[in-house]
Amino acid sequence: MKTTFLRHVKTDLAVHELQQGSGRPLLLLHGLGERTLSSPPSGTQHWVGPIVGLDFTGHGQSSLPAGGGYTCEALMSDADAVIHAFGDVTIFGRGLGGYIGLLLAGSRPKQVRGLVIADGPGLDGGGSRPSSSKVFSEPPADISNKTPDPWALLELSSDTRPGDYATEHVIQFAQLSGLKPAVAVAAIGRPEWLETTILNSSVVTQTDIAQALALFQ
Amino acid sequence: MTSELDQEVIIARSHVPAAHRPDRIRRLNVGGGLEVAVSEWGSESAQPLLMAHGGFDFSGTFDVFAPLLAEAGLRVISWDHRGHGDSDLACMYSFDADIRDAALVLNSIDSNDSIPVLGHSKGGGIMNQLADALPHRISAVINLDGIPNERGFSQKIDRTDIDALNQELSGYLDHRRKASNLTRKPDTLAGLAQRRQTMNPRLAPEWLRYLVTVGARKDSDGWRWKIDPALRFGPTGAWNPQWAIPKLRGLQLPYLGIIGTVEEEMGWGTTPDEALAILPIGAEFHALAETGHFVHIERPAEVSAIVLRFLGKFL
Repeated sequence: MKTTFLRHVKTDLAVHELQQGSGRPLLLLHGLGERTLSSPPSGTQHWVGPIVGLDFTGHGQSSLPAGGGYTCEALMSDADAVIHAFGDVTIFGRGLGGYIGLLLAGSRPKQVRGLVIADGPGLDGGGSRPSSSKVFSEPPADISNKTPDPWALLELSSDTRPGDYATEHVIQFAQLSGLKPAVAVAAIGRPEWLETTILNSSVVTQTDIAQALALFQ
Repeated sequence: MTSELDQEVIIARSHVPAAHRPDRIRRLNVGGGLEVAVSEWGSESAQPLLMAHGGFDFSGTFDVFAPLLAEAGLRVISWDHRGHGDSDLACMYSFDADIRDAALVLNSIDSNDSIPVLGHSKGGGIMNQLADALPHRISAVINLDGIPNERGFSQKIDRTDIDALNQELSGYLDHRRKASNLTRKPDTLAGLAQRRQTMNPRLAPEWLRYLVTVGARKDSDGWRWKIDPALRFGPTGAWNPQWAIPKLRGLQLPYLGIIGTVEEEMGWGTTPDEALAILPIGAEFHALAETGHFVHIERPAEVSAIVLRFLGKFL
């Protein structure tokens, strides 16, 4: 596995090349608290192009920032840094990575050539509306300069993911990418952002991972 | 160079004689070694008042207002938000992280009692949420032109307009791609003040030049603002401004709201009627005529008098 580091904002992002090949890369976005594994995940064996995996900020071999402040939009920009370096991609996102993939697809509709959303940690986030206000004024106890960053685990499991925000991104992706289908949902999890909005779009299909990837090969 | 620099600063500051730098400045670790700069005016043994500045500002914007409160017997504490003023630049920024920093500054004040808090603009939003999260730590909230409305910043574009939204979303990512190498544009002291005038059109040029001496640094090629160039407005993300309203309405403590009635680029555009409809029951409210977003800078004597009268009712 070859690993390169992309300097992005104030962090070094680890990008792992799991499979060589020609054509459009498949970009793997891991779940909350995870890291890119050393081999391609199940269901991706028929992908003929390169397969690369990003470790989000505060995860895996990427930088551990001081003081948290994680947002899904910041992690979306991590994934955008890979597009900047590697060109157009198809995204396979697990859990949190699926939601980040959706945000990126809506924001870079011409560079994301298909999105597959699979089950994984962090798929739900903190729900569709903010919960009671709370302050974690002390750093989590197990900060030890190792990833995953406890602030990431805390902040990205409680962020708000309203359905209309997700829908907004699907509409952007559908209108500007020209893809149909554009999003394949291989997850059985159904957080509200996915259940009530995404699945109602005509550019979203439900299938398993292998078939989903075949749609975008 | 040093004497020239000092002279330039001395001259700029001499035109705002009412301004006073803090009596004490300290640094506070808010996690993982990230530090914020905490400023204090007034006696350390006086009644504390915690104040939060607005977005793209810094605690030095209180350099006239805070001393008026300190002279009246308060210990005023404020901090530069992460990425602003003399605080460290962070890798990432979020409103929740700002709330957390506020709570850590609050914890750093040697006081076992609940204390009053004040916030301007974004700082008002921070203090509203802090009071909702930690009602046992806050005795009163003073909000200076940071009262939310249902429109919020997100409505500055039509989010059903595919092209406009694409521009906002991709614009954020374009900015992040460049952020590793961004630096603030250098200028003369007067030039930097003039550029800030576009964001603060109602503030006096003398005041803006003063602010440069506090919120900017002089490099070999000129003055540049200290604020992290990675920071920018937007995107608004998933946040819906309507969510803040019931939390504000539900606060059960003395509340003072002061707004300006002249709409400005940096302001929130909340009208007096909108504010009165959502403030906590029993709140005191003032809408200042012929005043813009920076109520405490345009009218420091009047606003500090209102604040002191309000605090005098229960302190």
